[in-house]
Amino acid sequence: MCLGVPGEVKSVDGLRATVDFWGVKKEVRLDTVDAPVEPGDYILNHVGFAIRRIPDDEIDETLALYESFVDGDPDDMLREDVVDEIEAGGSVPANAADGALAGDDDEPADADDAEDLLEELGIDV
Amino acid sequence: MSETPFDEATGGLPSADGHNDLEFRDPEKARAIADTLERLGEELEDPPATIMHVCGSHEQSIAKFGIRSMLPDAVRLIMGPGCPVCITDMPEVDEAVALAEDGVTVATYGDMLKVPGTTRSLDDARAAGADVRIVYSAADVVEIAEEEDGEVVFFATGFETTAAPTAAVVLSEPPANLSILSAHKYVPPAMEIVAELPDTDIQGYLAAGNAAIITGSGIFEDLAERHELPVVVGGFEPLDILAGVTKLVEMIRDGEAGVENAYPRCVTREGNEPAQEQLWDVFEAVGGQWRGIAEIPGANLVLREEYAEYDARERFDIDADSLGADGASRLADDCICGDIMSGTAEPTDCEMFGKECTPDNPVGACMVSSEGTCKIWHEYGGRPNL
Repeated sequence: MCLGVPGEVKSVDGLRATVDFWGVKKEVRLDTVDAPVEPGDYILNHVGFAIRRIPDDEIDETLALYESFVDGDPDDMLREDVVDEIEAGGSVPANAADGALAGDDDEPADADDAEDLLEELGIDV
Repeated sequence: MSETPFDEATGGLPSADGHNDLEFRDPEKARAIADTLERLGEELEDPPATIMHVCGSHEQSIAKFGIRSMLPDAVRLIMGPGCPVCITDMPEVDEAVALAEDGVTVATYGDMLKVPGTTRSLDDARAAGADVRIVYSAADVVEIAEEEDGEVVFFATGFETTAAPTAAVVLSEPPANLSILSAHKYVPPAMEIVAELPDTDIQGYLAAGNAAIITGSGIFEDLAERHELPVVVGGFEPLDILAGVTKLVEMIRDGEAGVENAYPRCVTREGNEPAQEQLWDVFEAVGGQWRGIAEIPGANLVLREEYAEYDARERFDIDADSLGADGASRLADDCICGDIMSGTAEPTDCEMFGKECTPDNPVGACMVSSEGTCKIWHEYGGRPNL
């Protein structure tokens, strides 16, 4: 129950949103999100509550990261945690990567991000 | 749809020539950082520097990606009290078991079922006929209470990231037959206590990036100042962790205390302020026991008096002292989970590890949860990367 999982907001009804996680739609509470959300936004879901609206420029990278967990070694513990979170309240397709996740256009994340992080931390490699 | 190449030879890191869109696993950068760490390690005045992280997901990544094998001898990376299931104390489990055995419907997160109380777990109570439900979300508990005529208790566990949703449920005026048995914990005071333990002797903290999404990195500033320690908030990708550790080692070398954010793409200094407001509106932090570690001031989250109507301890008048008195627990004698969570022992120091205590038949709490050090080490081969 640690990492949380990103998903696309499909509809919003007060403090409840319907969110698409790799083709699995679930209801997510919006009580604890840090910014207003609307359909088309992506949120990070943690135990059924949105704890963060993912900024637009981080969506591709975040989805790619989680897809690597979902598509990874079936015995991997991180994968288990992520898939458990997706499966709770719904079912995940056998090959989650085939699910329709709007906004995923194979665009790689910004390749400079890691270097930016190291630079920001003042780590000279 | 993008594909992520995994390369067994690099311990799961994508191959350098793969179409790697996860640059936070770039093996070349990882090796370059490891070289930097090696150099920094040689410059330490008093090696080895012991760095503690406080998150089960960090430990999973460290084990999965072989991070410890990339660290120089001058840097030790250990896991502290970072598993919310593991640090839930036996009397708290006893309370939940007692309520279940008294006929109350008890709902909790799945990880909690096999966590041993003094003599029994919730799983034992369920096997004996008690109504124990597994929930994925605090929101699910409301639905259970709406469907049931009798009393429903949410055995609420976890750190700030699950406490905020519990608070949201309390604030949403849930059904009158629902109450909360709070075993929620607040991490920073525990980090302070562990920092003071002479046997642990840590020189820096890698703080949990996910919890900091809610609390913000600023929450660690007092801790860093009071204990003159560096604290770096870290993400979960291999480069996130290596970058965080490298920054910590640099700060340790320079004798520098303070807070750095090595997970800026998710964490801000202020954090998720609406969630924090809800959390502190509903809960207050009081002193309490963390399993096997210590009595920690200000680290247990209990419902404020204004919400006493939803407090299971008020509603059911639970006499915690009398629980668990009907049998001796071998946990107190043989299990070293407490030492592991306070950083003075490793799972392989435990005589029961992998023998009497396995994920299928856990004796101690650290072997129960996927966030527990013992279970993670067991799943990744017993003594990962060492």
